[in-house]
Amino acid sequence: MSGTLNLVIGLAMGLNLIALGSSRLPMLIRAMSVQGVLLGVMPLLMESERLDWRIVLVALATMAGKGVLIPGLLRRAMRAANIEREIEPFIGFVPSLLLGALGTITAVALARALPLLPEHAGTLLVPGSLAAILTGFILLIGRTKAISQVCGYLILENGIYLFGLVLIHSTPLLVESGILLDVTVGVFIIGIIVDRIQRAFDSLDTRKLTTLRE
Amino acid sequence: MNPLLLIIVPLIGAALAALWPTDRTRPWFLPGVGLIHVGLTFWLFLHPPVVAADAWLAFDPLARAVLPAVSLLFLICAAYGVSYLRIRSERPNRVFVASLLAVLGLLSAGHQARHLGLLWITTEAVTLAAVPLLHFNSTPRAFEATWKYLLVGGTGIALSLLGSFCLGYASLHGGGVGDLTFTALTAQGAGLSRPWVLTAWVLLLVGYGTKMGLAPMHTWKPDAYGEAPGIVGAILAGGVTTVAFTALLRVRSVVAASGAGPIADRTLLVIGLFSMLIAALFLLGTRDFKRMLAYSSVEHMGILCVGAALGAAGAAAALFHVWSNSLTKASLFLSAGNMRRAAGSASMDDVRGMTVLTPRSAALFVTGMFAVTACPPFGPFFSELQVVRASLGSGHGVTTTLFLACLLLAFFGLTRVVFGIVDGRPRPAAQANSKKFIETLGVVAPPALLLGLSVWIGLFTPAVLRASWLAAVAQLFPTP
Repeated sequence: MSGTLNLVIGLAMGLNLIALGSSRLPMLIRAMSVQGVLLGVMPLLMESERLDWRIVLVALATMAGKGVLIPGLLRRAMRAANIEREIEPFIGFVPSLLLGALGTITAVALARALPLLPEHAGTLLVPGSLAAILTGFILLIGRTKAISQVCGYLILENGIYLFGLVLIHSTPLLVESGILLDVTVGVFIIGIIVDRIQRAFDSLDTRKLTTLRE
Repeated sequence: MNPLLLIIVPLIGAALAALWPTDRTRPWFLPGVGLIHVGLTFWLFLHPPVVAADAWLAFDPLARAVLPAVSLLFLICAAYGVSYLRIRSERPNRVFVASLLAVLGLLSAGHQARHLGLLWITTEAVTLAAVPLLHFNSTPRAFEATWKYLLVGGTGIALSLLGSFCLGYASLHGGGVGDLTFTALTAQGAGLSRPWVLTAWVLLLVGYGTKMGLAPMHTWKPDAYGEAPGIVGAILAGGVTTVAFTALLRVRSVVAASGAGPIADRTLLVIGLFSMLIAALFLLGTRDFKRMLAYSSVEHMGILCVGAALGAAGAAAALFHVWSNSLTKASLFLSAGNMRRAAGSASMDDVRGMTVLTPRSAALFVTGMFAVTACPPFGPFFSELQVVRASLGSGHGVTTTLFLACLLLAFFGLTRVVFGIVDGRPRPAAQANSKKFIETLGVVAPPALLLGLSVWIGLFTPAVLRASWLAAVAQLFPTP
């Protein structure tokens, strides 16, 4: 069981690198949505012996939210804003990839240093989560288009969700569904703001948002 | 009576306001709901309910010590809101009124949350509900401010979620069953896994610190407060930051129970003093009187953290300061909003001579400035004095010196801007613009009332209020 889980987490970590290396926005959104679906599968794999309806519900909601709904919203924002599909980076693609790879190695090393319960020490949950969080930060800082930054934020959020899975036995799922709801609403609001920024500035380049400063 | 009503009533009000047909009468929902909320809060304040140990949401001593201030602040701002929205009748107010009421409901939930996950959900929801308030003016500058708020605030809130998970894992690693109520976490105490507790503390301090606006995570604050209407600034600075502060207090008590209290206190002290210093330095440089209020808010968040770091006496002073700062700062935001409306700009370069254009608001603004820089007889003087006494009493000589030096610098910065805009002869453009703005009772009485309350809380602090702060401190600093 742990083998399959690690495989899925490994795939999600690979998607981090694809997200960092992709030069086109639709590709970045696709990488993020596939990662979302993988995250939805994980609770099912982890709890395959004692599956109950609540876990299935959370898994389905995650897949629908992170895999379909949020990427759909972003694609719509992208089309409505009619922005160029090329991503203009602050941090180039090769440096971001190198940073991402370095981050992944650091994440694995760091996770070894952290005190983990025996049932989590054998899985890639904690390193996978740290790697996704680092990837999210690199995208947040290193991209200029508002939508790419949102993708970065969502990958960061995915990393945190991955960490949350270590608590799946103990935290009531109410909390997890609340979190999922908040994230979805958040992206919905971000989508609206992206639309307004596009209309107000005629661009989604966040480098133009520099009026407010000391 | 059920404390859940504090959450449900504003949320129902928000839903009704969203469905209400006309823009003209909708703003009356604000004072209506505000009045019910104040009534309920003060009834609960005087008749505190018994709190079940495992309750997820309860009107516990900490909520009792802080929530009435937020409720009172909301009511007065709501009264101002009716006049303000009448002046701004060119803008649709459906989303604005509904969001403002939702913020009140979610703030009540956040203050009462006794569960780590629930606390996060409510704080995040408050952050999101405040977004439509920030871009009410729909200018490009307002969208820029909203974007920065969402991105910085969102990242902060994400880190606090990670921190919450780490604290949950600390409990699990230490053999806990995964009960994430603060009562259970505190009871587990030294059983919590120490490395995870410390990781969690750092992440939660950064996360909720972003929400509070502690330096260096304060960058969203000047933009948001500068571009949002004054009433929104007042509620964000007095209510939303408070919920993040109580969140930190609750987490701190868990960290202290696990035996890492001295580390938590030291980090709080450092980040508090750093915020005060950064705010004071920016106050000396800013030329915009609404951004000035944001830096002043950063400074006062720093004061709260310093107070919280100084043990039980300091924490009681910090809770006192929550009250005096919320009321005083709100008065400044409202009078600044009036002047901004009259002058058509918030920059020192375009605005001067406000004593001529808006004499009442300018007088309130100057008085408010003296109040917020801790001149007697206003509330902040007494609360900051208590912080200083707690600091000297616990032998923090250097801290006290730095604290007072930052207050002095902030005083210079604030007076520089305030007198720059109230003195002198008004610019012709501002003079023409101010013809459209009339200082009615509706926009002058609320800030005046807030200043009056600030004096009252300082000079005549009711014994029952003082007792509520001590009860909250007893909850946060249990004596073994």
